[in-house]
Amino acid sequence: MSAIIEVTDLVKKYGDLEAVKGISFEVELGEIFGFLGPNGAGKTTTISILCTLLSPTHGTAKLDGWDVTAERDRVRESIGLVFQDPSLDERLTARENLEFHAYAYRVPREERDKRIQEVLGMVELLDRQEDRVETFSGGMKRRLEIARGLLHYPKVLFLDEPTIGLDPQTRNSIWEYIRELKEKHSITIFLTTHYMDEAENCDRIAIIDYGRIIALDTPEALKSQVGGDIIKISTANNEEAEQVLLKDFEVTMIQERDCLCFEVPDAANFIPSFIKAFPVAINSISMHRPTLDDVFLKLTGREIRDEEAGGIDKMRAFARAWRPTGRR
Amino acid sequence: MAGTSQQTRVDIGSALSKLAIGTYIIWLRDLKRFFRDRTRLIGSFAQPLIYLFLLGTGLQSAFSLFGSGETKYITFMYPGIVCMTILFTSMFSAISLIWDRQFGFLKEMMVAPIPRSSIALGKVFGGGTTALFQGFILLLFMPLAGIGYSVEKILGMLLVMFILAMGLTSLGVLVASRMRSFEGFPIVMNFLVMPMFFLSGAFFPLQNLPRWMNVLTKINPMSYAVDAMRGVALKGIAITSGGLAINIPSPPPELLGNPQFTSWLSQVQASIPQMPQLKTQYYPLGFDLLIVVAIGVVLTLLAVWRFNKQE
Repeated sequence: MSAIIEVTDLVKKYGDLEAVKGISFEVELGEIFGFLGPNGAGKTTTISILCTLLSPTHGTAKLDGWDVTAERDRVRESIGLVFQDPSLDERLTARENLEFHAYAYRVPREERDKRIQEVLGMVELLDRQEDRVETFSGGMKRRLEIARGLLHYPKVLFLDEPTIGLDPQTRNSIWEYIRELKEKHSITIFLTTHYMDEAENCDRIAIIDYGRIIALDTPEALKSQVGGDIIKISTANNEEAEQVLLKDFEVTMIQERDCLCFEVPDAANFIPSFIKAFPVAINSISMHRPTLDDVFLKLTGREIRDEEAGGIDKMRAFARAWRPTGRR
Repeated sequence: MAGTSQQTRVDIGSALSKLAIGTYIIWLRDLKRFFRDRTRLIGSFAQPLIYLFLLGTGLQSAFSLFGSGETKYITFMYPGIVCMTILFTSMFSAISLIWDRQFGFLKEMMVAPIPRSSIALGKVFGGGTTALFQGFILLLFMPLAGIGYSVEKILGMLLVMFILAMGLTSLGVLVASRMRSFEGFPIVMNFLVMPMFFLSGAFFPLQNLPRWMNVLTKINPMSYAVDAMRGVALKGIAITSGGLAINIPSPPPELLGNPQFTSWLSQVQASIPQMPQLKTQYYPLGFDLLIVVAIGVVLTLLAVWRFNKQE
């Protein structure tokens, strides 16, 4: 596999504030690469630099071999973008939004209609194409933005917090589209998220905190850093059970009141044989696999923080309330 | 060597075509939005009509004191109202950039492989076109303001409108590219747009003004646009006849034979102030247009430059 994005010693300063403090990484062709970190960690800044919206203070970033500062237009033509905040023109119809994009990215005239129908079909919005975007739900708008991002057949699709503010069902369907893009169209996907559970869908994850990458690996490998799976049992005789566990199963015990907890490398394979062989009667058994939350907790010593709606969202709600009604 | 020069030519060609495409789509989007927004459409020509007919009728009596003779205030004011409409429409249309920024569409434009200049230019042309459309609607009311139609007048007014609209939209883009939120908007309205409007001569003749105000009206580019517009629209219509501020009824003829009376009468006439001769146009049309075009071009260049600079 070859790298489609190469980032070397990237630094971005806003005045005195260093938002990105010298990060380096590569994204492989055709993978889903996730940028995971709390709000304000530097995810959006990094993505903005890669998309040529911001210039780095220091360091280089290359996309498909093009430098993001020196060859802006080349980079822009090679990428699709779905921003964290909506960026559709709500007064235009879905199709008009796509037409604008097709012109801007110079999709050949004879291809325009075909591609618009194609991407609309992909996100199941064909029947709503003549409707104004202001009548769309949050999930539909996001789907339309994904469609728009794909219209010029980009090599890399950037998704900045693609599921933020969406309900769980919509989030799942967005993820289905993302996986389908990778599998059927072999597009490289670069996304940021602060949802740990969603990051599991990525092929590789970079965990970013305070402007630095503190870990970069597959979700599985990251989780195995934390340790094995944890099994929790309660038995008819806990003391006897503990003796047997230590003697016959060679597991690491974890101190906890009222029940027995121990760590094994692979609980899914361990449990069936364990139940068959264990001599003491088991009342209940449960297992906990490490999550990326545990990884983040271990790496930073704190839980990922989930903040409330930011200033832009509030501003938007305000502006919406002030807009003249009766236009629909 | 030949290869390099050809390469350069191709680059310039593709840069120009990108500029043209970018400008075109942003212009087209602005027009679509304008014609779709019914409240803005109705508001945009209701406002000038309200000014024209309410203010025009209300101030008529005061205007008569100027010795305006047969010409009505509404006639005098009409070209000014046309300029006002262009001023407001152009500024609002440029201010939509802030809206685009808040609602995210500016990002879609900024990240597209089109030159930044084309975004500013598209806005300027968009503002120019919408303003022209509104000016066109106002032309329908020309006869109600006591001005007869003529091809020459209509074409001349449309030309002035277009030049003015492009310059003012540029000014708006310049202002909007520095603004991040709507909070600054009232400041712009109160300290830029309204003074430009009031000091332009749209409502009152720019004559016999205090010195300081005279200076302000001379540095206000809108004055020259209003001057040009009035010159074109009121061609062949005199606003004042000059003469005395009070009409003295003709004395009975038998008294005119009395030398004492006639000398008294000439004293009385000399003590009554002469009305100022109000002019339709203060400067030659070419001079007005030159100033409006020059300021417009400078503003457009500034707007494009400023827009290119922002992140």
